[in-house]
Amino acid sequence: MALESEENQGDEMETTAAKNSLSDITAARLQKQPGNSALGVGLEARGVHAWFGEKHALSNVSLDFWPGTVTALIGPSGCGKSTFIRTLNRMHEFIPTAAMAGEVLLNGEDIYAPGVDVTKIRLKVGMVFQKPNPFPSMTIAENVLAGLKLAQLKVENKDDLLEECLERAGLWSEVKDRLNTHGGALSGGQQQRLCIARALAVRPQVLLMDEPCSALDPGSTLRIEETISQLSSTVTIVIVTHNMQQAARVSDYTAFFLSDGGPGQMIEVGSTNEIFSRPKDERTENYVTGRFG
Amino acid sequence: MSSTTTQIPAAIPPKREITTKPRFSDRVFRGVVTSGGLSSLVILGLILIFLLFNGYNTLKTQGLHFLTSSNWQAAINDSGQIDPKNSHFGIAAMLIGTMVVAVIAVVIGVPISVGAAIYLTFYAPEAVKKVMVSAIDLMAAFPSVLFGLWGFFVLEASGEYWAKLLSKYFSWIPFFKLPAPYVTRSPFIAGLVLAVMIIPIVTSISREIFSQTPLDRMQAAYALGGTRFAMLRAVAFPYARSGIVGGIMLGLGRAMGETVAVYTVLNIVYQVNWHILFSAGGNVASMILLKFGEASPYEIKALMAAGLVLFILTLIVNSLANLIVSRTGKSGR
Repeated sequence: MALESEENQGDEMETTAAKNSLSDITAARLQKQPGNSALGVGLEARGVHAWFGEKHALSNVSLDFWPGTVTALIGPSGCGKSTFIRTLNRMHEFIPTAAMAGEVLLNGEDIYAPGVDVTKIRLKVGMVFQKPNPFPSMTIAENVLAGLKLAQLKVENKDDLLEECLERAGLWSEVKDRLNTHGGALSGGQQQRLCIARALAVRPQVLLMDEPCSALDPGSTLRIEETISQLSSTVTIVIVTHNMQQAARVSDYTAFFLSDGGPGQMIEVGSTNEIFSRPKDERTENYVTGRFG
Repeated sequence: MSSTTTQIPAAIPPKREITTKPRFSDRVFRGVVTSGGLSSLVILGLILIFLLFNGYNTLKTQGLHFLTSSNWQAAINDSGQIDPKNSHFGIAAMLIGTMVVAVIAVVIGVPISVGAAIYLTFYAPEAVKKVMVSAIDLMAAFPSVLFGLWGFFVLEASGEYWAKLLSKYFSWIPFFKLPAPYVTRSPFIAGLVLAVMIIPIVTSISREIFSQTPLDRMQAAYALGGTRFAMLRAVAFPYARSGIVGGIMLGLGRAMGETVAVYTVLNIVYQVNWHILFSAGGNVASMILLKFGEASPYEIKALMAAGLVLFILTLIVNSLANLIVSRTGKSGR
């Protein structure tokens, strides 16, 4: 690890992830219902509720995100999936009237515990937004390394990190000759991959993606999906998507959210195969087969 | 099929003129807003013509001396008439005084204003914000003579202490040297008063521009583990920089043109004075106010010329500011 962050729990995580093959994880998941007890590994949501002012937006969501997996959150608009993903790195509190209940555990520790430095949480749980949002005052290279500057991290070899992150985001070959030009000149899909590279540069353990392809054309979407597949071996990915084909293509697990007019709830979670081929809940089946939503 | 009908012309046709006939109501409205938009330009132009017309004669007889000398004397000959040959008008001291006082105001006022704007936009609780914003707006509407009186009676006393302290420890900097031990009614005190006067406008404009910082960029900065300070540096400042420069220029314009407050506080002396703590100075506007009451018609023309110079100086400063903004401002937006 080139990063000299104070706590290097990411290291331990990666080794844990290596030990747990996907079958082990699936086995563990079968034994343990999500939300029963702290596993002390990866990212876990325990009975999460969310409010905006008086509006109860999300009710009692418990969900585990195992290291090295991609989890897709699907559901119709207003079902609370974006709200939920934003509670996972404490971006939720960015909205002035927002409130939450429950726990979000990162490696077994509550990220909402008193005295937690929220900036350290966001370093470990990175985020990519719906609309590509590179910093227009910075060049492509500066954008990728912006997180180091923002979080005041030191790195031994910036050029290596720059190349590695752009490579992992699938953008290196397209921008390697113009690293010192401004990011605003890139296409929407390239900007979004730049934002992914920027998120990767601080070496997050988890990457949250809030509808990362909804503003992009099909070609760019495909590139991002390839990027997600490549990243999933090293980073835990949680992706909110409206596109069910995308969920089916990129994710290992899928969680279906729904609101019946009240707060959003998680209806069902399971392996993506299961959710799309033989969902347990009728409402899930109606949604994934396109009968509503 | 004859060949004449199937043949497609190979030449590129001439460009067509694209026109539209606006509705009558639209034309009327267009006329109303156009005249509104042009009126400020017309008024400005008329004032410029008025100053040129009245000041031209003085500028012609005094020449460059009007800008380079500090002698202001309307001579009267034996028969009690104005003697143009022996009259000398020069505003060098006042021009330099204008700049000195305005720069002091900006140096002191801008950091306070930008700090206040950042606090109000990114830190203040909603209730505090509301109260403070209306307080600052009230401050902008405050009559300048009251600032002058406050400066004269209140700031003078405490300013004296600071002036002595500055001259004691920083007299090796030429600006802080004291040629004689008189520290009251100095450009420093006048600059302080002007700083207080420009704070509302600079704060208000900076706050406005900071509050428009794009939310998605702020979120990006926070999501990368940035603190609020880091976010401010990476996102808010690059975005707001050009707007803040614009606000500073408006403040500088106000400081350069301020009349009554400077007149009340400053000891107006016709001598170029770079020592900001020393009790001597002046600016063009306050000199006009000082002389206007007792001036002969001939001298009033000289005052008009002084006004013209101030007008042009303000124009130059504003153009420079626009140049700076257009050179550096775009990248952060």
